[in-house]
Amino acid sequence: MKNIAQIVCEHPFFHGLDGEFCDLVCGCARNVRFNPGEYLFHEGGDADYLYLIRYGQVALEIAVPGKPSVRFQTLHDGDLVGVSWVLPPYHWAYDARAITLTRAIAMDAHCLRKKCDDDPVLGYDVLKRLLPILTSRLHATQMQILDVYGAPEQPE
Amino acid sequence: MDNVDDGSVITRQGLQCLLDALAQRGYTVVGPTVRDQAIVYEELARTDELPAGWTDEQDGGHYRLKRRSDEALFGYAVGPHSWKRFLHPPKVSLWQATRNGDELRFVPARDEPPRYAFIGVRACELAAISIQDRVLMGDEYADPHYRSRREQAFLVALNCSEAGGTCFCDSMNTGPDVKEGYDLVLTELLDGDNHLFLIRSGSEEGAEILAELPREPATEAHQAAATAVVEKTRSQMGRSMPQTAIPALLMDNLEHPRWDEVADRCLSCSNCTMVCPTCFCTTVEDTSDLEGVTAERSRRWDSCFTSDFSYIHGGSVRSSTRSRYRQWMTHKLATWVDQFGTSGCVGCGRCITWCPVGIDITEEVRAIHDDVSSRDKE
Amino acid sequence: MADDLMVPEPVRVLRRQQELATTWTLELESGQAGHRPFLPGQFNMLYIFGVGEVPISLSGDAGQTETLVHTVRAVGPVSNKLAALKPMDTVGLRGPFGVGWPMTAGEGADLLIVAGGLGLAPLRPAIYHVLRHRERYGRVILLYGTRSPDDILYAGQLEEWNKRPDIEVHITVDHASGDWPGKIGVVPSLVPTLDFDPEDTVAMVCGPEIMMRFTVNALRDAGVEDESIYLSMERNMKCALGHCGHCQFGSTFVCKDGPVLSFERVRGLLSLKEF
Repeated sequence: MKNIAQIVCEHPFFHGLDGEFCDLVCGCARNVRFNPGEYLFHEGGDADYLYLIRYGQVALEIAVPGKPSVRFQTLHDGDLVGVSWVLPPYHWAYDARAITLTRAIAMDAHCLRKKCDDDPVLGYDVLKRLLPILTSRLHATQMQILDVYGAPEQPE
Repeated sequence: MDNVDDGSVITRQGLQCLLDALAQRGYTVVGPTVRDQAIVYEELARTDELPAGWTDEQDGGHYRLKRRSDEALFGYAVGPHSWKRFLHPPKVSLWQATRNGDELRFVPARDEPPRYAFIGVRACELAAISIQDRVLMGDEYADPHYRSRREQAFLVALNCSEAGGTCFCDSMNTGPDVKEGYDLVLTELLDGDNHLFLIRSGSEEGAEILAELPREPATEAHQAAATAVVEKTRSQMGRSMPQTAIPALLMDNLEHPRWDEVADRCLSCSNCTMVCPTCFCTTVEDTSDLEGVTAERSRRWDSCFTSDFSYIHGGSVRSSTRSRYRQWMTHKLATWVDQFGTSGCVGCGRCITWCPVGIDITEEVRAIHDDVSSRDKE
Repeated sequence: MADDLMVPEPVRVLRRQQELATTWTLELESGQAGHRPFLPGQFNMLYIFGVGEVPISLSGDAGQTETLVHTVRAVGPVSNKLAALKPMDTVGLRGPFGVGWPMTAGEGADLLIVAGGLGLAPLRPAIYHVLRHRERYGRVILLYGTRSPDDILYAGQLEEWNKRPDIEVHITVDHASGDWPGKIGVVPSLVPTLDFDPEDTVAMVCGPEIMMRFTVNALRDAGVEDESIYLSMERNMKCALGHCGHCQFGSTFVCKDGPVLSFERVRGLLSLKEF
């Protein structure tokens, strides 16, 4: 059976991380599981953890008054859930809910932030891993806003 | 039987005999004539319908007829018409559909065009016709309407004796001398009261017709005079296209600020595309009667300057004037080369003359060229 | 004039089936055109009496010649009439026209088929072809993205293909409410999650132009070669013969040189505004 250090460092988010750093961040990690329908976190809540999905599917949702929640993204094996933990005041901007049985590594955000603050080289490495996720979500959001599959406004 | 008679001269009377011979052979003779203060192409039967003693003054956005001091029949440059209005007409009926209950029937429109003989086809215009040949019958999809007109046409070409203020055929290598693609070619020779036409044939039928005309053998002096006419014309070009690799220049500068400047002046009126002898774009029109029994589809000239031109559901691909001018000019001078192996511009100058604000295609190329070369030097 | 390709042939509507809220599939008798088999990715010009003519891609199986299948979204005067046709009604048909998907060039390679929205319709003949000649191709992956779970075209068929062992189907929607168990996210975001061999992959992409641009970026990032990426472009088409000039995209006549073009051919022009 794999120990948590192996699991963390083999996860795509931390893949290739320097061995020493790996030991550092593993100190913040623990295994968690979520049943289908269970929330990882809620909008407005404190961003105390980030989650590295090992197995399962997690939906990001925004509650709309009087309507079912709108799901705008699903995350899967190898994805990172939660980016608000890196930016003050560390509050979640949406809900995250497990759609299927989900196994993940929960990283203590306070712990990880402190280690990144203490060692800027580690902090820069972690940020470089986070930035592509943010930009790709930005691009995806642009495409969603454009509603490219929607009916054209004018006829042919 | 090429150039069987490459040295004859005919008089103006001989030219009338040529018109008669063509009419007798069943050709509908079309040539230049004065109408509405412009020289246009119309059906004609007599040489006195030609613009004797007229010339034209042309510049950006400017066209005026003026009297000449002589009685030259071809002493002017090209007018607003080109031969495309006969070979690729402004409007062609394509078919009729009739509906009877849920039965639908399509009947191709009867298209029996006349056999045209064109009088006074200049070198730039021959080049334009050969370009439209490539566009409209150059691959497996030959346009039957163009082909039926083109294949029967008899071309009496003309070496230019007068370059207009917007002419630049010399810098496009299309003129002013006629090189190929004609049945007969004329050079107008005026020496005091002596008014002659040097005439040569370029096809079997041309030679046959030439043999029927009252003619004299051309002397060396005639030949020399004809060469001098063309060389004088060459030296009179009102414009010139910069001698550079234009396709690469334009395609490498698709976001050049000059496109914005020209767009500020361009009215998107599409005059340039209508007078251009190579612009070939068309659209289709569907009409139906009030009872809904018959419907018709026709084809008419269209222009890349209209907003509908690039319409796909949801909007026009090219909604700004900038993008439309860029499309027209890059197509004419750059992508045309990829498509048809030749530039789409023959240097006739019509687009400059008939542009209401005098936009000059040579000046636009020069502006981008000069700007890019000055930046390269820095 | 027999060689006048501008004159349509009357053909009957055999069946009509609703696919989505405003999208219908028409099965037409193949008429004479049936004697000329079409290639996946080609289109026909469909004419409604007195109203006009529009290009509609063929979306059926090129391996059967009795009928011609077109999926139409009712967005304009002609397509609204097309979508409202009933069996035994007659339409005018010209075609097939254009250059289709690289079914031959793709032989021996893995295929990554990426469709967005109604862009699945012009790709469906390519999928039929692949499944008919499965041995000629390596791995086959279909990525399909659309607006919402209600906008999934050919949903039943996608489900059947998904059950087959010889084609991998991944569906994603831009957004959904709580009862959608599948993936949510834009279709280009599926590309980096795939475990595939980019150097041995031929990609076929069809959908709205913006979706194709984002997808091409994702494919290139993943290492797929420009000349192995094919797109189906949409431009105004009137004649379908390369004569009317409307569909020009740079030096390309989309109707005659396309609609399927290799990315290599349109690189540099695709992101150019209003070109």
